[in-house]
Amino acid sequence: MRCFLCGAAVLKVDEHWDKSLAELMAEAGLRALEDSNLSTVDHVFVSNVYGERLQEQANLGTFLAEELGLKNVVATRVEAGGVSGLAALYSAATVVRSGLSKAAMVVGVEKMSDGTLEESISLMTMEERQEYIGSFGVSQLAEAALLYKEYMRRYKVGAESIAYFSVLSHENSSRCSHAQYQFKLSLESVMNSPMIAEPIHRLEATAPADGAAAIIVVSDDLAEKLDRTNCTLTGLGFSNDLPVAFDREDPLAMEAVSTAGRRALEMAGVSRSEVDFLELHESYSVMSPLMLEALGFTERGQACVKAEKGVFGLSGELPINTFGGLKGRGHPVGASGVYAVAEAFLQLVGEASKNQVAKAERGMVVSMAGLGAYAGAAVLEAVR
Amino acid sequence: MKPLTSRPPFYWRLRPFIYRLEGSRCSVCGHFHPLNRVVCRRCGSRTLERERLNNAGRLVNYTVVHQAQEGFEKTTPYLVGWVEMDDGTNLVGQLTDCDPQDLKVGMTIEMVVRKLRVDGDSNLIVYGVKFRPLVQR
Ligand SMILES: [Zn+2]
Repeated sequence: MRCFLCGAAVLKVDEHWDKSLAELMAEAGLRALEDSNLSTVDHVFVSNVYGERLQEQANLGTFLAEELGLKNVVATRVEAGGVSGLAALYSAATVVRSGLSKAAMVVGVEKMSDGTLEESISLMTMEERQEYIGSFGVSQLAEAALLYKEYMRRYKVGAESIAYFSVLSHENSSRCSHAQYQFKLSLESVMNSPMIAEPIHRLEATAPADGAAAIIVVSDDLAEKLDRTNCTLTGLGFSNDLPVAFDREDPLAMEAVSTAGRRALEMAGVSRSEVDFLELHESYSVMSPLMLEALGFTERGQACVKAEKGVFGLSGELPINTFGGLKGRGHPVGASGVYAVAEAFLQLVGEASKNQVAKAERGMVVSMAGLGAYAGAAVLEAVR
Repeated sequence: MKPLTSRPPFYWRLRPFIYRLEGSRCSVCGHFHPLNRVVCRRCGSRTLERERLNNAGRLVNYTVVHQAQEGFEKTTPYLVGWVEMDDGTNLVGQLTDCDPQDLKVGMTIEMVVRKLRVDGDSNLIVYGVKFRPLVQR
């Protein structure tokens, strides 16, 4: 599956009251194009989840093409809940790899500030089975709280150890200029923030956000011709599970995450120990340990212990969420996966500035829809 | 925009499950599915029968929710429970007729039908299954 990433753009995650969905995706797309030194692309893929509900706008691929003045291109929107960004990358990689495309653009965009906080909780719940979970008056947030409690009970881990993952995320977002939250958090402030669904504190969940990020995917020959340091996409893996966690044999197992991660590593021919940094999908603090364990980077129940030893910090053995992840950089849902891929690109071409992981050769991005309903993983490598 | 889920036909269609916990049980492996199914999600069999779950089960765990989703703003804080029904089926739903201090992991619960929310401009009152600690009679 080898193809090249030769340009990226990340807009600041924020409440962009003055910018429309179209303006956000156009700005990101144009900046990525300029970054790649390309004048045009033949395919555009837009990753977006809530455009229909919040902006009453469908057919986003065509609107992005119009904004960029692109004519006669293939243009589609891709949606797979929280995995949308990696699903769009999969589309781009397969058309480039098959020869259907020379250069494809992936833009992730979401504009959640058009809705209320309550609406954002409902929007996230759209990844669950609405006819059952939604109509019973249960939100994804409440389900995440139940998984959190089960994690604490099973592994005898205290809430502070799990909440520490929010501190870690902010440690990295505090020095990142495109992050929603550019400040550090103390463990006390996380634990003293209001409870939103016990044991989850407000500062252990993401907040509604607007954002757009873009990447350019090109074939081997085109990558050679461009005067731009690039990185390669060497592995992609996806897998589904029963959508509602409590329908699964073990709600904490996150088997879709395990399988997607294993497939991506196998495709790349890379072992876990060769991964230099990891971008996770911590929609709630407890998702970081659950994903680390499902991916096999730590034993079950051991992620918090390792976190407290500094393993996952920017200068640790395995840095995670190097620009702050969903919690710190922000979680504009349809854009989050593209942000993570763009951030991995920045790491691998050595342009991550204050967030640079030393000697980053290989990175892995893992996204998840719902609470492990669907998962995607990508392995990216530096070109030496 | 009016959510699809606040339109009367949506709830009308779901009545067997959200009023009575009626679903589809696989005749081959015995797995229970909420709602109508044509293929068993666990074993792939296509022989499923309509069945209503028993009313009782046990509380696996619970949470107190303070941050509401749309339509539940006036009901916070509310309780959500993870329950295991007598046949082994795991469900999540709201808990009612109790306070957090009444709840104990492992306690027996039963299903009841209660008002879930009042929806939108048409004031559609939505009823559905909730769970409560079993009252000894
Ligand atoms: Zn079956």
